[in-house]
Amino acid sequence: MKAIELDEVQKALDQYSNRDVYIHLETTNGAYAKHFDRNAYNVGAFIRNAEVRYTRAKLVDAGDAFRVGLKMDKGWIYAEGVTDWELNEDGQLLMAGHDSEGRVMVALQISENPFRY
Amino acid sequence: MHKHVIVIYPHPDDESFGSSGTMTQFRNQGVPVTYLCGTLGEMGRNMGNPFFANRETLPDIRKKELLDACKILDVNVEMLGYRDKTIEFESRDEIAEHLKGYLEDIKPTLVITHYPGHAVHPDHDAMGAAAVEAVRKMDPEDRPEVWAQAITNDRYETLGKPDIVNNVEAEFDVKVAAIQAHRSQFEGMFQKMRQSPDFKGQYEDVMERFKHEEFYQWQFNN
Repeated sequence: MKAIELDEVQKALDQYSNRDVYIHLETTNGAYAKHFDRNAYNVGAFIRNAEVRYTRAKLVDAGDAFRVGLKMDKGWIYAEGVTDWELNEDGQLLMAGHDSEGRVMVALQISENPFRY
Repeated sequence: MHKHVIVIYPHPDDESFGSSGTMTQFRNQGVPVTYLCGTLGEMGRNMGNPFFANRETLPDIRKKELLDACKILDVNVEMLGYRDKTIEFESRDEIAEHLKGYLEDIKPTLVITHYPGHAVHPDHDAMGAAAVEAVRKMDPEDRPEVWAQAITNDRYETLGKPDIVNNVEAEFDVKVAAIQAHRSQFEGMFQKMRQSPDFKGQYEDVMERFKHEEFYQWQFNN
């Protein structure tokens, strides 16, 4: 993956609009957060291979990271803290936010075919 | 002497961090060891530091790391095909039946797994519970010993002293090599341990933590 470049990623996002696509969305602070610091909380959520169709995608530069919003007919998909991206050989658009140790904090991925499950 | 040891954990790297010194001791005695690895750690947060993996490449990378580690440890490995972070939501009974198939096939005299409810990660707890259940389902005459590994910070307060404490300093170079085979994972994990406010004072060095491997002997009441 490489650092997000706004125009390129916006173009990639637009390619999937008004099409049936599969989404992977996750955020986590890890299963060991509380183990390593009793004052921390383990929180996380993920959804893999939700079938959606969005009518508009917008990538917003927040300075040190980006926010992505996908507008659907009946709702929204949103990710904050995204820093890196890749259009992989399977034609999947991968976006993720990493901390200074390279750990994933948030990920939003879009694909025309289901992600491996 | 044990005839065959089966190790059951959910993630590639649990074996190296958890009991690779003990596995090496068994291998040095000529005892076969088989690792049943529940998942490919698909949802791992560590992607290497600097990161070189992503959510979609991570499973294949971790599979290779697992095979490399098991080669270093000279143990057989079977991948069970569950998915990281989801084991507790599967049917415990189905997983237990699945594991029991391996137990009946391989006929181990010892099973090493996580101590259910005292293993921090929900996959550890769920896999440990299924492993214990798999052994419980067996005829009491045929059951292998079960060594359960607790890793909670309050394990001594809640469970007492472990029954088995293996000093693995003599096997430490093998253990470290196996841990390092999990290249995408170990640096991030070490970093978290070094920075942990709840670990400070327990170990002068994070490596000290790995020089002893502790287990509780599981007692079956029926």
